[in-house]
Amino acid sequence: MSFPWAKHYEPKSDFMKWVDSRLPIPRFVYSAVGGGYPVPRNLNYFWNFGFMAGLALMIQIITGIVLAMHYDPSSAGAFLSVEHIMRDVNAGWFLRYAHANGASFFFIIIYLHIFRGLYYGSYKAPREVIWLIGVLIFLLMMATAFMGYALVWGQMSFWGARVITGFFSAIPFVGEPLRVWLLGGYAPDDATVNRFFALHYLLPFAILGVVILHIWALHIPGSSNPTGIEVKEEQDTVPFHPYYTAKDGFTVVLYLLIFAVVVFFLPNIMGDPDNYIAANPMSTPAHIAPEWYFCPFYAILRAFTFNFLWIDAKLWGVIAMFASIILLFFLPWMDASPVRSSGYRPLYKKFFWALVVDVIVLGVIGKLPPNQPFILIGQFAAIYYFAHFLIILPIVSRIEKPLPLPNSITEAVLAKHSSTSTLSGDLAAQPAE
Amino acid sequence: MAEITTDMHGDDAFEDGVRRRDFIHVATLSFAGVGTVAAVAPLLVQMAPSADVLAQSSTEVDLSPIQPGQAIKVMWRKQPVFVRNLTPTEIAAVDAVPLSSLRDPQTLAQRTKPGKSNWLITMGVCTHLGCVPLGAGPGEDRGPYEGYFCPCHGSAYDPAGRIRKGPAPKNLEVPDYKFSTDKIVQIG
Ligand code: HEM
Ligand code: FES
Repeated sequence: MSFPWAKHYEPKSDFMKWVDSRLPIPRFVYSAVGGGYPVPRNLNYFWNFGFMAGLALMIQIITGIVLAMHYDPSSAGAFLSVEHIMRDVNAGWFLRYAHANGASFFFIIIYLHIFRGLYYGSYKAPREVIWLIGVLIFLLMMATAFMGYALVWGQMSFWGARVITGFFSAIPFVGEPLRVWLLGGYAPDDATVNRFFALHYLLPFAILGVVILHIWALHIPGSSNPTGIEVKEEQDTVPFHPYYTAKDGFTVVLYLLIFAVVVFFLPNIMGDPDNYIAANPMSTPAHIAPEWYFCPFYAILRAFTFNFLWIDAKLWGVIAMFASIILLFFLPWMDASPVRSSGYRPLYKKFFWALVVDVIVLGVIGKLPPNQPFILIGQFAAIYYFAHFLIILPIVSRIEKPLPLPNSITEAVLAKHSSTSTLSGDLAAQPAE
Repeated sequence: MAEITTDMHGDDAFEDGVRRRDFIHVATLSFAGVGTVAAVAPLLVQMAPSADVLAQSSTEVDLSPIQPGQAIKVMWRKQPVFVRNLTPTEIAAVDAVPLSSLRDPQTLAQRTKPGKSNWLITMGVCTHLGCVPLGAGPGEDRGPYEGYFCPCHGSAYDPAGRIRKGPAPKNLEVPDYKFSTDKIVQIG
């Protein structure tokens, strides 16, 4: 684990020496996130999102535990207890707004984190397992967010739960019994909200455990970097502390600032107003759409409006939606290019940005009502999504001629410095770091 | 090393070649397996609907206030049921549709009780993912086929509750029901 030049922990006080020799946690922390963990010196700000994701998870766990102290998981009481939290519980409104918006922020961070991986080829050898665990985290996050949203028991909660569990009835033969088993009834009711609450409480701790595996796996090869070439010698790296603790700290402050603006001034901007209406099993809202972070996948689900081969439209939609995520598990083996970073892959880079646009289009379509021309646009965008991974990526990665790579991270960093200094003229005499 | 017939542990092979230790392994693992299954079963079956959820009463509906062309929603098993009084024009239009053009081919007669073909009683649950379609309430959008329209993903049903367009695979389900009198229907 780690590089030969990684510094070893030296206890500074007798007390720390005493602790370290009995339970070596100080040593562990030092070489995991301290001065003993060498990190490439050239990471850009896209490498800050992992740290912020960890912060977002902690915010969800802490606000969630206190909300649970006031929440009533029953079909008659759930919506009322949420209103009770908003109106009567001291600072309840703040805790709920922080938790609700915290989930959205968590997904913003994770999407940026994932697209960072796609752009810089972070999923390639030797980091495949980091990527696989990441996709698993993403799936767990989606399950957690879905069940948490259901707990409010407003109209969108109820009908979201109804529709999502309805997916399972698409499975041949066992589908309908499976759906009833998942809900504990024929429609979402007491049994459903109770089990969702139990699982919504549990899953974030499962995520926490898997995040630890994610970081453990990361610490074997160490972080990749914007050039995508491997660390070769000591001058390619800097110690995590103080360099990256300070840099991560900076974006944590920015994150919290923006988060505070939304929580205090725009707390409902990402929510659906229909969810302030109590659940009514007898009437579906005129337009149901999931929370924004599910929209690209929801658009793929809706893209099938016709039967195809011997499988009906409903089952196709469900298969396509799950496949769109499961696909990511195979990414490390679909991309054959030995070059990681898009900076040196001119052709792949174009398709990367096309994929970004495509996912945004899918997200917008997922929010819109199912009318023409949106249905058609959604169908094309869904086809393109699959084409990117199954056709374009395997071909491009085989035919593309990458640009010449720098010899080392240090060389790349210095080359960049000297070119900017010739441009601006006066930076040439910078002191060494 | 199965050839070694005698060792320090008394693993003598019997005539049939089965060692005592093999028997113990198989027996232990079998008991452990059966025990695990027995212990996991309650963890799984607790998820299924409980007795009070299953003990759903049946629902009675009085048809007399429902005018031709009108529909009402009633609740049964915590889910909506649509009761619709079809007009003669709707019946004629529905009967004129060739069965071969349908995704889930059924005639109106197959979906209603004999002699009561104007009373269409279906679940108000879209067969796609379970939303309540529009069209039973006053002034609601009945969609391009004048029956029911599901706003969730745009499934359109005709006045016989048959799927005509959109992602839903099946016609609206017809629940078990019977006419107790001419004007009273018992669902369930
Ligand atoms: C709770 C969610 C997550 C947390 C807390 C988390 C945390 C982290 C941290 C702290 C790092 C190291 C810093 C960095 O490179 O940004 C990292 C790296 C990484 N993460 Fe995540 N992550 C999460 C979810 C995901 C997901 C959903 C994916 C992909 C599907 C993913 C893929 C990766 C990859 C490939 C790396 C290695 C990047 C590199 O070294 O270039 N992570 N993660
Ligand atoms: S639930 Fe009715 S169309 Fe999807």
